[in-house]
Amino acid sequence: MQANSSDPIVRFENVTKAFGELTVLRNLDFDVAPAEKVTIVGPSGSGKTTILRVLMTLEKPDDGVIWVDGEPLWHQKSGSKLVPASEKHLRKVRGNIGMVFQHFNLFPHMTALRNVTEAPIHVLKMPKGDAEQRAVELLNHVGLGDKLGHYPSQLSGGQKQRVAIARALAMRPKVMLFDEVTSALDPELVGEVLNVIRELAEEGEMAMLLVTHEMGFAREVSDRVVFFDKGRVVEQGPPEQIFGNPQNERTKSFFNAVLRH
Amino acid sequence: MSEQFFDWEYAIGFMPTLLEGLWVTIQVTVVAFILAAILGLLMALGRRSDNPWIAQPIGAIVEFIRSTPLLVQLFIFFYVLPRYGLRMPAFIVGTIALGLHYGTYTSEIYRAGIDAIDRGQWEAARALNFSPVRTWVGIVLPQAIPPMIPALGNYLVAMFKESAQLSAITVVELTLTARTIGTQSFRFLEPFTMAGVLYFLISYPSSLVVQRLEKRYAGK
Amino acid sequence: MPNEDNLFVKIRNYIFLVIGLLAIGIAIGVELMINPPESPPFDLLPILLRGLAVTIELTLLGAALALVVAIVAGVARASGNIIVRTIVGFYVEVFRGTSILVQLFWIFFVLPLPPFNLSLTPLQAGVLALGLNVGAYGAEVVRGAIGAIPRGQIEASIALNMPPGMMMRRVIIPQAMVRILPPFGNLLIELLKATSLVSLITLSDVTFQGLALRQSVGRTTEVFLLILVIYFLLAYPLTLGVRWLERQRQWAT
Repeated sequence: MQANSSDPIVRFENVTKAFGELTVLRNLDFDVAPAEKVTIVGPSGSGKTTILRVLMTLEKPDDGVIWVDGEPLWHQKSGSKLVPASEKHLRKVRGNIGMVFQHFNLFPHMTALRNVTEAPIHVLKMPKGDAEQRAVELLNHVGLGDKLGHYPSQLSGGQKQRVAIARALAMRPKVMLFDEVTSALDPELVGEVLNVIRELAEEGEMAMLLVTHEMGFAREVSDRVVFFDKGRVVEQGPPEQIFGNPQNERTKSFFNAVLRH
Repeated sequence: MSEQFFDWEYAIGFMPTLLEGLWVTIQVTVVAFILAAILGLLMALGRRSDNPWIAQPIGAIVEFIRSTPLLVQLFIFFYVLPRYGLRMPAFIVGTIALGLHYGTYTSEIYRAGIDAIDRGQWEAARALNFSPVRTWVGIVLPQAIPPMIPALGNYLVAMFKESAQLSAITVVELTLTARTIGTQSFRFLEPFTMAGVLYFLISYPSSLVVQRLEKRYAGK
Repeated sequence: MPNEDNLFVKIRNYIFLVIGLLAIGIAIGVELMINPPESPPFDLLPILLRGLAVTIELTLLGAALALVVAIVAGVARASGNIIVRTIVGFYVEVFRGTSILVQLFWIFFVLPLPPFNLSLTPLQAGVLALGLNVGAYGAEVVRGAIGAIPRGQIEASIALNMPPGMMMRRVIIPQAMVRILPPFGNLLIELLKATSLVSLITLSDVTFQGLALRQSVGRTTEVFLLILVIYFLLAYPLTLGVRWLERQRQWAT
């Protein structure tokens, strides 16, 4: 089955996830169109990050089906039924997705360059020369062309996060997840990372799913903003509408609290 | 005689003898551990001395004892000391050698524990004009020793197992008892297995206790 | 007043040292008077050095076995399924929970008899006992080091679509290595010292040669002091190596 270009690249169908007593995703239905830039905002502990983590296969949903590019992520087709995915299937579908983490998670024993080339060479089986050439391009692109041989411990937080973005881009994902990527940074380093993401958003063809507390940034880059609370989508729409004229009471009080800061 | 895999009859028969051996092992371990705890503290304090003429030789002795096998040290205590008129029963000789050997290990624990005491404690003691003895006994050691207890416990368990080496100098502890039983009947499976079980039954629960203590102090 | 106090402390310190040195000097003097040496102890060296070859061989073979066992068992205990973890855990706890000498005797005396009928040379028995014993301690080191890898490293590897084996080889083990090396160095020193135990199963290592010399030519003091020096010369460079490793923090600059 070939995915139609108007089909969503990501679709959550009735997805539920609980940690013990705490239900973080409640029967979530949620689509992302190809090349769409979606920002998820909401109070902390509302389960925003879990959406990304289930999509990256870091957490397993309790119920529901997630579709990525027309294929079920946590399931595979067996005749007409969906059965739990094999490791092989999981790896195949997961290849469409990339992620940038709050705490960078760079490999400390590898240089910036090797952080970026490692997975293309060994996972994608790309020839070493090609992978390095592309890695140098990507690192140049994020403004770190002069730090190729540096280890993560020799880089600032902002630089680390830019290497992490290059590392994720090198896998050419169709969907990129950004999980509070500026939350662990000193305030003066936030800008350089947001600039890189802004450029990526402008370039276009990759779908982006961002969880962030940077409201101004969300307004600027998003095609759609989703306000998420208590495991549910409370309200969603174009940024002007959500930020400028929220309809729901919870959305209003959240933005009042945030914007007053 | 039937070719049983494990002759329980035989094993039950020699258990009383084996338990006597275990009792000797326990006695040796406890006495040697007390010795190691005291010697280790002295070595640690000696190595910390401001006087290099004290610190250096003690450091060298500690390194030397740590770097050579306990078995050879046992032989030296057993064969060499009597030539200088120091004649002692093997039990005593073995206990002293074991205590001295592990004293070099416990000294490292004391050293690390003392180093972990905040500088401010020393400075406060100086500011209150405490004597050096009062500083150590009243301020430093009471804070330093409790967190060391798990590490010391680990060495207690290690000494319990390593005391088996005293069998080489004729101390009739658990291992030598097992060996003697085996030699007499030419069945080694049962005595050595049962000896292993006895070691395990004591050391495994003890190390679990030590782990629990470690967690408790790590949680602080 | 403080000066006097200081001086007193100093003298007291020196007095202990002087007494110690005097004691050693007197001991050596007495030894020389009772047993005047016919020759310097160098004639003992060739036999002891023959034992040294066995000690080194045992150390290297035992260390090789221990290394393999430690990595396999450590990785299995950190990441295997419940059955593998239980079996490996049983092995590790048994070998850590009992005396190495009993393990050595068990392998040497029990295995050749029925029902096992597995005859091992003393060297094989020694290597097996040392390797399995030290390997069990090493496995715990490996497991601890793997457990200390931050969760984010595993998540990043999943996000880059690495299969579990590749994640282990390329991300986890290289990072765990830094934590593993110093304790492994210490285990190597323990293994070297434990090789002396094989003298008790008739393997002619340094200690065994020493015991034989004591019986044949006497000169107990010289023989055992030489043995101590030999072990010290083998172990101390390893100690220094471990300290050097501990000072190296490759990525932490």
